[in-house]
Amino acid sequence: MNRNPIPAPLMARVRTLLFHRRVLFGIPFAWLLLFFLLPFALILKISLTSAVMAIPPYEPVFRLAENTLSVVVNFGNYLFLLSDSLYVAAYWGSVKTALISTIACLLIGYPMAYAMARAPKHWQLVLLLMVMLPSWTSFLIRVYAWMGILGNQGLLNSFLLWLGLIDEPLKMLNTNFAVILGITYAYLPFMVLPIFTNLVKLDLRLLEAASDLGCRSITTFWAITLPLSKAGILAGCMLVFIPAVGEFVIPELLGGPDTLMIGKVLWEEFFNNRDWPVASALAIVMLALLLVPIILFHRFQSREMSKNG
Amino acid sequence: MVNARGISFSKVMLVLGLLFLYLPMFVLIVYSFNASRLVSVWAGFSTHWYSALFEDQQILSAVWMSLKIAFYSASMAMCLGTLCAFVITRFKRMRGRTLLSGMITAPLVMPEVITGLSLLLLFVQLAELTGWPADRGMVTIWIAHTTFCSAYVAVVVSARLQEVDRSIEEAAMDLGCTPLKTFFVVTLPVIAPALVSGWLLAFTLSLDDLVIASFVSGPGSTTLPMVVFSSVRMGVSPKINALATLIILTVSVVAFIAWYVMRRNEKRRRSGRLS
Repeated sequence: MNRNPIPAPLMARVRTLLFHRRVLFGIPFAWLLLFFLLPFALILKISLTSAVMAIPPYEPVFRLAENTLSVVVNFGNYLFLLSDSLYVAAYWGSVKTALISTIACLLIGYPMAYAMARAPKHWQLVLLLMVMLPSWTSFLIRVYAWMGILGNQGLLNSFLLWLGLIDEPLKMLNTNFAVILGITYAYLPFMVLPIFTNLVKLDLRLLEAASDLGCRSITTFWAITLPLSKAGILAGCMLVFIPAVGEFVIPELLGGPDTLMIGKVLWEEFFNNRDWPVASALAIVMLALLLVPIILFHRFQSREMSKNG
Repeated sequence: MVNARGISFSKVMLVLGLLFLYLPMFVLIVYSFNASRLVSVWAGFSTHWYSALFEDQQILSAVWMSLKIAFYSASMAMCLGTLCAFVITRFKRMRGRTLLSGMITAPLVMPEVITGLSLLLLFVQLAELTGWPADRGMVTIWIAHTTFCSAYVAVVVSARLQEVDRSIEEAAMDLGCTPLKTFFVVTLPVIAPALVSGWLLAFTLSLDDLVIASFVSGPGSTTLPMVVFSSVRMGVSPKINALATLIILTVSVVAFIAWYVMRRNEKRRRSGRLS
């Protein structure tokens, strides 16, 4: 009697199938492991070295001298970051700026997404394309547009002077206000998109039931619509907040000398001071700060990516 | 259901929000035709800055470099991102799946300075250990862009893959199709629109990237955003206004075509259902 109910040829086919699956899985896995995850380990490693005048400008961690392998680890960069108030202020400035911009995006973006989700079906696609279109043009150029508007001789100041509201130009460009405005402007589509996709799936019968039961529309909004769109709000906030913390272009172009943001500081440490270890330490601390938001975003996104299928 | 005031508030916000998004771009377009170099002074209509733009060899060669990199990055990212989306949505119990999905969602939000720095350190280290890449340039930018663009493609494609009717695939396999053939004959035509939009998204993202490219590029591989950035750092420049106008125009035309195609398909699907 055959104890194995699966015939050998079928078994072989199943095995090749499983092998093919593993290969298919392995290609993107290997690529991302090499070009996404491994580099983070390298940042960590370089952040523990000390800077030297050489190419590349850091000391090796593992040293082979007289047949003994010695590991030289230097925590000095991290202590340096803590001791210099400039870096602490830059981290605080980044988080504060990103937080204010995220709230501004939410306050503008949520009503926009709400109106889009309630618009007639054939309008929804047009509105969605209109909101997303700016983000497909150049980010750099959209930030640059504000330089011409906010400058001392810019459009907004000329307009206000012409109206007679002000007597001399307001200083708007190269201030923290300009940075917040720039981030809000540049990231607004990324707030609207997830909230819209969430609101458009909302079961309208719930709202009908609420109004049948005598709920006023404003109560319905707070009790039903808002809690049910929590996932979209969270995703939108993460999509704005996390990149905004590390933003370089906007503080560089719109910010002034008193704008302290960590992305700009990191850039200067790397390109101007050529201090790779300190730049790496700055990146590691920034990652540590952003770890919780990134995990929150990942949990939302992986749920989105494997809902049914 | 929703009272008139609630509707009008969100509608007003929508209109104001769209104005906020479009006014600055509109200003750029108008001032690209300004004869004067100054922003605040309107000195009459002129296309002078456009001809100046087309005479600028540095900008033209940067445009060509950026287009090449964007084309290769988008194509590779389309393949890699689709593969990613496929294995994540289909191979539920594969070991390492959680790690893969983490590595594909993180680039969506990762601050660019971190990604750029980390990839540069990788390339430097690789060059030290293996001698490759000997010098940084197009290939290193291509690798960097492919990596972060794949994440966006994976999101777009996985949304579409979830809507695919699995029973058709199963029917094809029952009728003797190999999994590979099933993918190319059944699944691929269904997800093709997502591949196109994923490719376009990756193309625009790669074309636009300044920070990551600045980290991983070397001498001799200057992309368009780098040229634009070093120019606008000095202040407002009418030549850049002209360039911006051309970019906005191109994107608008492509978006309009996309909208037209989508609307036509939608209509065809609806009339097909009715008959």
